[in-house]
Amino acid sequence: MEFPANLKYTEEHEWVRVEEGNTAYVGITDFAQSELGEIVYVEVGTVGDSLGANDIFGTVEAVKTTSDLYLPIAGTILELNERLENEPELVNESPYGDGWIVKVSLNDLADLDKLMDATAYEALVG
Amino acid sequence: MSQLKNTPLTDRHIALGAKMTDFAGYNMPVSYQGIIEEHLAVRNSVGVFDVSHMGEFIVRGKQALDLIQYVTTNDASKLQIGDAQYSCLPNGRGGIVDDLLVYRLPEDYCSEGEMAFMLVVNASNIEKDWNWIKQHNRFDTQLINISEKTALLAVQGPQATAALQSLTDVQLAAMKYYTFTKGTFAGVDNVLISATGYTGAGGFELYVNADQIGHIWDAVFEAGKDFGIQPVGLGARDTLRLEMGYCLYGNDIDDTTSPLEAGLGWITKLQKGDFMDADTLKTQKAAGPSRRLVGFTVSERRVPRHDYPIENAQGEVIGKVTSGTQSPSLGRPIGMGYVQAPFAAPGTPIYIVAGSKKLSGEVVKLPFLKA
Repeated sequence: MEFPANLKYTEEHEWVRVEEGNTAYVGITDFAQSELGEIVYVEVGTVGDSLGANDIFGTVEAVKTTSDLYLPIAGTILELNERLENEPELVNESPYGDGWIVKVSLNDLADLDKLMDATAYEALVG
Repeated sequence: MSQLKNTPLTDRHIALGAKMTDFAGYNMPVSYQGIIEEHLAVRNSVGVFDVSHMGEFIVRGKQALDLIQYVTTNDASKLQIGDAQYSCLPNGRGGIVDDLLVYRLPEDYCSEGEMAFMLVVNASNIEKDWNWIKQHNRFDTQLINISEKTALLAVQGPQATAALQSLTDVQLAAMKYYTFTKGTFAGVDNVLISATGYTGAGGFELYVNADQIGHIWDAVFEAGKDFGIQPVGLGARDTLRLEMGYCLYGNDIDDTTSPLEAGLGWITKLQKGDFMDADTLKTQKAAGPSRRLVGFTVSERRVPRHDYPIENAQGEVIGKVTSGTQSPSLGRPIGMGYVQAPFAAPGTPIYIVAGSKKLSGEVVKLPFLKA
């Protein structure tokens, strides 16, 4: 199981990676995808919306279960990873890479400090 | 918290890297390689399930048939030696204690003038069923719980016969659906080979003494190598049965659902003579059940799940989802649920409430997967 050091993590098993400025990518962790099993659909109906921290921004459907997606930090949803429309399995295959879920404009980068680093997250799920 | 029970094969599942879960108190494999891959292996080739958690009772004696006729809905008097039958146990209040298989066993299981049967029940209900049947055993009949010492493998799929034939002299291809025989299998005597299953894909279920199941498991995988045989977990067991519209106890049927509502009229033989709930069920049949278990599809990619409400076009609640999944064979969501009788006809538009969203759906005829 991977826990990249350049990401921040939440108790809901999402990760955030700041790209440049306030723009960040958000996805679910390797642990989360492994627990969910094969993902068959990712629904995000919130593109363009401004959401608070821990607001639900979408839903992941696995074969066995449905799981809501929680935004780690307040911000505006800029876009959904379009490839997931036809290749939802990317979330399983590459949860930290091609399987990212949304691009977000974060309201305040300082909020990142409230999230877990890789070591703390690994300890949580390990 | 009570200790999880293992099946005799738990170590093998863990060694194979299976994702394990607590199912009915047993430490069981959910999946090995992934639910979709395992599901398709069963549909297209052959897969092996450890279902040793299931319960088995022997019922034997001069009045064994009378007891079974009284506590079950199907007509067990139709069973010849070597036949199996799907049935259910009514609960005396119009609901269902459990669904089960009834096997009419050969004469070597009992003395002259007696009959012997094996009942195969859900793992979650072993104790409940045992107590229930015992409580109603006012007949000259002996009950023996052999669940702990009996292991069960389901080998399912269109290649099951070819994959297994080298392990036994029993002519597997000649066995009719819902019959069984006892034979030597992989060198083990007295294996009960049953042409049954919970997948709709064909194949066999093998009842074996617990201490010999490891050997059988290994032999089955060796024999099935050239057929792409795979271990299959409970995840795919659920998607496979749901594609066929088979009920799962605890989801689609329980102590509050009647067999008639659940579409199990075909195993409810109201004319067979007196049995538990016969009058209640006759009355219900005459009036028509007020709700029915139906299959449905949705026109979106969200998946219906257990307990999601079902609404009509006016937004009134008309029922609820009992089972839902992504169908690996069809590549789309499918579900079953109870709806009020006027909404049960195929083609009826219904709406599934998934959190803040309503999924537009349609009642369809079962099974989802046509043979």
